[in-house]
Amino acid sequence: MRLSKGLGALALGAMLAAGSGCARGPAPGRVELRFWAMGREGEVVQELVADFEKLHPGIHVRVQQIPWSAAHEKLLTGHVGGSTPDISQLGNTWIAEFSALNAVEPLGPWLERSSDCNPDSFFAGIFDTNRLEGVVYGVPWYVDTRLLFYRRDLLGEAGYASMPTNWKDWREAMRAIKRRVGPKRFAIFLPANEPTQAEILGLQAGSTLLKDHDSRGAFQDPPFRRAFDFYIGLFREGLAPPVGNSEIANVYQEFAKGTFAMYITGPWNLGQFHDQLPADLQGKWATAALPGPEGPEGGVSLAGGSSLVMFRGSKHKAEAWQLIEYLSQPEQQLRFYHLSGDLPARREAWRDTALSADPRFRSFGVQLGRAVSTPKIPEWENVIAKIQDQAESVIRGAASTDSALAALDREVNVLLEKRRWLLERRRLSGQPVAEAKR
Amino acid sequence: MKGWVERQQSRAAWAFLSPALLLLGLFFFLPVVAGLALSVTDFDIYAIGDFSTVRFVGLRNYVQAFTNPVFGTALRNTFYFVLVGGPLSVFTSLGAALLVNAPLVRFRTFFRTVFFAPVVTTLVAVAIVWRYLYHPSYGLLNLALGKVGIHPIDWLGDPHWAMPSLILLAVWKNFGYNMLIFLAGLQSIPEELYEASRLDGATAAGRFRHITLPSLGPTFLFVAVMTMIGHFQLFAEPYVMTQGGPLKSTTSVVLLMYQEGFKWWRLGMASAFAFILFMIMLAATWIQMRLQRAEAS
Amino acid sequence: MRRGFGRILLHVALVVGAILTLTPLLWMISASFMATGEANSLPPRLLPHSPTLEHYVALFARLDLSRYLFNSALNATLVTTLSLCINGLAGYAFAKLRFGGRDRVFRTLMAALVIPAQVGMLPLFLFLKYLGLVNTTWGVIIPGMCSIFGIFMIRQYALGIPDELLDAARMDGAGELRIFRTVVLPLLKPILVTLAVFTFLGTWNDFLWPLIILSDDARYTLPVALANLVGEHVGDTELMMAGSVLTILPVMVLFLVLQRSYIQGVMAGSVKG
Repeated sequence: MRLSKGLGALALGAMLAAGSGCARGPAPGRVELRFWAMGREGEVVQELVADFEKLHPGIHVRVQQIPWSAAHEKLLTGHVGGSTPDISQLGNTWIAEFSALNAVEPLGPWLERSSDCNPDSFFAGIFDTNRLEGVVYGVPWYVDTRLLFYRRDLLGEAGYASMPTNWKDWREAMRAIKRRVGPKRFAIFLPANEPTQAEILGLQAGSTLLKDHDSRGAFQDPPFRRAFDFYIGLFREGLAPPVGNSEIANVYQEFAKGTFAMYITGPWNLGQFHDQLPADLQGKWATAALPGPEGPEGGVSLAGGSSLVMFRGSKHKAEAWQLIEYLSQPEQQLRFYHLSGDLPARREAWRDTALSADPRFRSFGVQLGRAVSTPKIPEWENVIAKIQDQAESVIRGAASTDSALAALDREVNVLLEKRRWLLERRRLSGQPVAEAKR
Repeated sequence: MKGWVERQQSRAAWAFLSPALLLLGLFFFLPVVAGLALSVTDFDIYAIGDFSTVRFVGLRNYVQAFTNPVFGTALRNTFYFVLVGGPLSVFTSLGAALLVNAPLVRFRTFFRTVFFAPVVTTLVAVAIVWRYLYHPSYGLLNLALGKVGIHPIDWLGDPHWAMPSLILLAVWKNFGYNMLIFLAGLQSIPEELYEASRLDGATAAGRFRHITLPSLGPTFLFVAVMTMIGHFQLFAEPYVMTQGGPLKSTTSVVLLMYQEGFKWWRLGMASAFAFILFMIMLAATWIQMRLQRAEAS
Repeated sequence: MRRGFGRILLHVALVVGAILTLTPLLWMISASFMATGEANSLPPRLLPHSPTLEHYVALFARLDLSRYLFNSALNATLVTTLSLCINGLAGYAFAKLRFGGRDRVFRTLMAALVIPAQVGMLPLFLFLKYLGLVNTTWGVIIPGMCSIFGIFMIRQYALGIPDELLDAARMDGAGELRIFRTVVLPLLKPILVTLAVFTFLGTWNDFLWPLIILSDDARYTLPVALANLVGEHVGDTELMMAGSVLTILPVMVLFLVLQRSYIQGVMAGSVKG
């Protein structure tokens, strides 16, 4: 008797608590905007958002920080479960996926009415990643591309005054470094658990990665094959250590020790290298745009970064657009850069002296001019994961290049079967199939 | 009068059962049947946007699962975890139970509580703790091994060591539970059996072999089956500690199902993975029951 | 003499075992009081140089840990109370009430014990989405509100209740519900306590389902929030240890308080099962 009453009271109390837990919300009369941002961006954007709230007293922005490792899953679960935020940061390679899901709002009408936000004021290659079959779904927030960070002193000691600009010379330079540093140290660090390097080299060699309207893998075709051979060759020759990020533990320490002289990475490391490397090394590192197979113009890299998108389910689209517009203003972009180290997507913001004066940043400006996008299909994230699996098994000696690339094509073709069927269905129903543009 | 009482009781019984049966039916049996249905379709991310793109594909998902090298790897890893980690865990439990149950032990309840403590902990939290214990340069484990002259091991970064690392964590986390069950089994063995055999002049080893072990038979079966079922569902350890790497060496079937289902939203395929695992567990349980029965007779 | 030696050996083995078992937990506690970076120094440290509470402060002040603590406690309490009522009624009915089809229904449930929860997880998610329960407290607790295992445990225990007791109450004209409340529940108390601790621990520690069903961080449970934190602050060893301590502490205290009846329940359940 006592027990059952006690249980009843407990359950009742807990249910009341559950009710009150749900009731938390903004003060009456204020619109609450839910904004998802990832990783470090989620932390620093709070400061910009606070100022936005001062300008718009009627709007309260609730920022939710999501770790990058879980971001993709969380966004999809949110969409499927009908609990997406009003506005979110979205990696620009994910936009195709979310537009295929009908999850994100086309921004064309909003952009047309905007006085400040205009497609021409962004890097063209980057803005293009937000456009699918002519419809714009995102506004670039910050840009990201990959290029070489290197030790100028080690390259110089090997007899090179500057970074070579074609693959052949680049490899010669790496061999020269390797000859000097000996067996325990390396010319370049290409993390075995990242697909990015293989992806970039493939694009440089002219591979489209996928073919037939992005419905089949093109990994056994000559361009990707050439790039992959070059990539794997760097490991086989001992120029790059066959290890992943976790085995290196601290890249800054190892870079400082000269364990490797080059590293392909992104803009967030500009700040990190500055903060983490010892003072006596600060004059000795530099950045350079990537070499191309035949020369600098072929040295393309990924058009990466994040965009701001608005979800279709949002009930406060006008307010959400105000926030997107605010975060896209050149001054806010610059502030965001100073807080996070993320490079501004607006070209006006690059006129800032800190960005245009430092040669390390200038390399990024150059590289961004050669940024190209990867196939814009919903399955792309999954394809990348498969590239990584196969590349890693070749690097670690668990598979041969032939079998790995054949397996990659096979797996990707299985993965894209649905896409082929959908394209066929669309063709039969008389709709044109747009040629994929890069 | 009698009929009335029975009708009354039957009505009360169904009323008592209805909340449970309703909940189980709606939120357990229905989803399981739906999962079976899902596994013969290609329900995926496109289907979530537009339901008309769902196709019936028969057994294709099952066929593809078995030709998919990653699923093969996940199956192998799961079996590794079950076949190595399971027995290791069971024997650690048995050893601990025998120690704690020894007649001469003092502070018996203290040791029992200490050994049981890891069972109560939150797996995610201790997986995080162990991740640091396993750190190649700062971790306690390599520090301890260094003292006896063993070179540092990259526990979670080396494909050969990653799964043994997860097994060690699982043994630590779980052995206390089975220890309790063995203790219960040991304490239910009548003291007279030991007395009688002592009078017959049997050695301690003989008594263990001829009395303790046979008497623990049913307990052993219970523990073995429950441990195996639990080990087949490996998920949180690799999710938190390795994300399935390095080189997929810690990707389990449930982790793969989670990734396929909730990362790539290929729900048809993920359901097929789940059912294959279910069938394997069913078969393994059946085999274990049979073996035990054969031994008993 | 040999006996004394064996006795010492036995205790050495037990003490070594206990130290090995406790080391990870003790190190976790120790590291949670270290200054930032101290746990990653060489040679590794076992005790904090000068203990600090900064990580605990940071968890509550900056990382909103109290909210996750509240969510975890709420979910675990709700699941525990509701499932005890629901499983208790069903387990008792299976054990002591006579009705047509009883054995068939019970056998079906027993057979279903071998079905792992993962099999129905994906459709359950879609189903709850259809009901609008994704990302809600109810969505998290629904799958735990009734468990076949719980029904089974209670039935086994209730089988031991003498029929005469129930019949006597019926003679006095008591209804079945009243009999359940006044006669049966007090008798079931030991198993209910065991099951309550069991369920509370299970819900508190559960990870996969809350990870799937919750997308809004305001509703995260501690394990989900912790896994989230480790994605962001993997370098902050000491902070993560403090988070782990706070996640484990409540259930550990609960266990230590109720350990006698809990351990007895686990042992009793296994023998009868």
